[in-house]
Amino acid sequence: MQDFGDAFGLAFGLILGGDPDLAEIVGLSLRVTLIAVALSCAIGFPLGAATAIMRFPGRQGVVVAMNALMGLPPVVVGLLVYMLLSNAGPLGVLQLLYTPTAMIIAQCVLVTPIVAALTRQTVEDLAGEYDEQLRSLGVGVSGQAATLLWDARFSLLTTALAGFGRAIAEVGAVITVGGNIDHVTRVMTTAIAVETSKGNLGLALALGIILILLAMAVNGLAMTLRSQWMGRVYG
Amino acid sequence: MRNGFGATLVALAVFAAVVSAEALAADRFIIVQSTTSTQNSGLFDHILPRFQTATGIEVRVVAVGTGQALKNARNGDGDVVLVHARAAEEAFVAEGWGVERHDVMFNDFVLVGPPTDPAGVRGITDAVAAMTRIAHAKAVFLSRGDESGTHLKERALWEQAGADIDAASGTWYRETGAGMGATLNTATGMGAYTLTDRGTWISFNNKGGQIVLVEGDERLFNPYGIMLVNPAKHTRVRAVDGQMFIDWLVGPIGQAAIGDYRVNGQQLFFPSHIPTRPGS
Amino acid sequence: MVDLSLRLGVVAAGPQPILPLAASHLTYATASGTWVGPVDLTIGQTGATVVLGPNGAGKSILLRLLHGLLEPTTGSVSWNGRPLDRDTRRRQAMVFQDPVVLRRSVAANLRYALRIHGFRGAALRDQVDEWLCRAGLTQLARRPATVLSGGEKQRLAVARALCGRPEVLFLDEPGANLDGASIIAIEDLLRAARDGGTKLILVTHDLNQARRIADDVVFMVAGKAKERAPASQFFDAPATDEARAFIDGRIVL
Repeated sequence: MQDFGDAFGLAFGLILGGDPDLAEIVGLSLRVTLIAVALSCAIGFPLGAATAIMRFPGRQGVVVAMNALMGLPPVVVGLLVYMLLSNAGPLGVLQLLYTPTAMIIAQCVLVTPIVAALTRQTVEDLAGEYDEQLRSLGVGVSGQAATLLWDARFSLLTTALAGFGRAIAEVGAVITVGGNIDHVTRVMTTAIAVETSKGNLGLALALGIILILLAMAVNGLAMTLRSQWMGRVYG
Repeated sequence: MRNGFGATLVALAVFAAVVSAEALAADRFIIVQSTTSTQNSGLFDHILPRFQTATGIEVRVVAVGTGQALKNARNGDGDVVLVHARAAEEAFVAEGWGVERHDVMFNDFVLVGPPTDPAGVRGITDAVAAMTRIAHAKAVFLSRGDESGTHLKERALWEQAGADIDAASGTWYRETGAGMGATLNTATGMGAYTLTDRGTWISFNNKGGQIVLVEGDERLFNPYGIMLVNPAKHTRVRAVDGQMFIDWLVGPIGQAAIGDYRVNGQQLFFPSHIPTRPGS
Repeated sequence: MVDLSLRLGVVAAGPQPILPLAASHLTYATASGTWVGPVDLTIGQTGATVVLGPNGAGKSILLRLLHGLLEPTTGSVSWNGRPLDRDTRRRQAMVFQDPVVLRRSVAANLRYALRIHGFRGAALRDQVDEWLCRAGLTQLARRPATVLSGGEKQRLAVARALCGRPEVLFLDEPGANLDGASIIAIEDLLRAARDGGTKLILVTHDLNQARRIADDVVFMVAGKAKERAPASQFFDAPATDEARAFIDGRIVL
């Protein structure tokens, strides 16, 4: 228990002391993950909604695949994206390997199935209720998708937060495509990995505590905005 | 679909901004594929700023296992390779992936383990004899098992000791498949023997009471080599800046920088090109 | 409560009227059996047609077939000789037994429907205010529609359906599960719409409601249209045994 106490002390010391390296790592973690989640939602929301509303041959297979891909191992995603972006790979000319952009891409690949699968379920539940009324009003498929997504917005916020949680906590994808380069592609999780491999377990644990606090802060902020938003919409 | 399209456009605009920000911010840099043990020792933090100040070239180090470093370099995902696995380095050059191998620095491997020393190897200067004792005593030994320089050296010693470790894998001989730091953490946790390079050991902060038990054998010599990735094989290799780094590192200034790096008052790496008192 | 002082009027939409509505040899069957049909029916221009009959007669399914929410197994539905298309769809509307309200404010629900019919800006705002007034929902404009009572929700659903000035309004048991005051309010809205030129096609099993509203009656039993007559004729002198039994309050199988 002594170690835990030390780690907490170390964590708060780092936060309050305004350690610049820590600020850099936290900033990069947030930048990479928030952008990745935003992109995943931009792709996953319409994809999930379309799958929920439309009926087409092979639909059941698509649903199963979407759900299964939620369990994609991050390290596998990292390997796949690495192979794409490597100089020996098809997209090597873009020179994106070992940059934060590559990390964003990898996390986007990881999170999009989560967003799409959860969106599909949320929208499907609502679509059952709305289907006849929307068709009666003459709303087409894309209009139905937009209406359902907007009406499900509070549930979708939770979906986005689930994606955020998955991304901010993973290390396998970002370490392979980012290279964990100091001051360039080092984020919270890869910093924890480095400190662990140096045997600095106390510091690694302290960074872990800070990461959890970060995740809590983001979730808390989102929930506060959500209730303010609900309050404003409904007077 | 107005809201959806709007959101997508905003997201793509942000993404484009991020990507272009990187393109603009990318001044001169090279990518060096190296090993986690070299990185974790803190050597790079000590010497690279001097190179950047002198030349304006930023050195970005991707620290992975030796095997992965060489594989990445074969894919052209690095400009320079700095590892410590001589046979693998020479093969790298022979196969045409690297231009030329240069010695950079050296240190040595040490056998660490619990102070209780169940196999009774403490103070033995013959590394092979020590390994033989461990095998006979079936004392727990942790191997990295990851084709790294350390791992290959370790296997070579087992072979000379005549021990069949493949058969023993999973019993007293355990392979972590992990880096040096992770393996040392596990060794501390298990109170096991393991082979490590001195640089990692000195800078490692979770020794947990484990100590150096065997050192000094010539066969524990650990040389580091540096190579330029062959631009003929991968046209996007930053050959000019990469060669500049190699020249600097094996030249007098770089070698002196390596030589004056200390952790807890101890020297971790010995430059190959300046005559110094060799490590004991 | 409900303000009908403002005249309701049907917007002159396309060049051609969409009525009469004709069902030709219409059936609807699933694996469980044939629910409707065959039905041959023509519904013309005037007033309110009530589709009446006992529970399970297939009335709701017929309504959905006519409105185009269900595909018939055989037969066809035509609007003034033409099949259902985008234009015809926009000129009709439907209110369901359980009102479907969007998870937004009451006013936003009306805005949604008005936008679909092309209203924007100041005209949009005026229409929202007008319909809130007609439905007696002005005080509830900013409330989330989901917290309204059943009667309020149905009033909203009717207002939302009417705000696009449909030429035909389908209603599936609009008063079911509602209290008397709400039923009266809704029927007032419907009567005003009918007088303004909207054709009402209303399904109900409530005999009294049918008496109040119907101009003509389609009486359905077991998926078939047994009898078709003007309202007064049907209620005073039903032609079939089943109709007589239904009006007398006896169970009709």
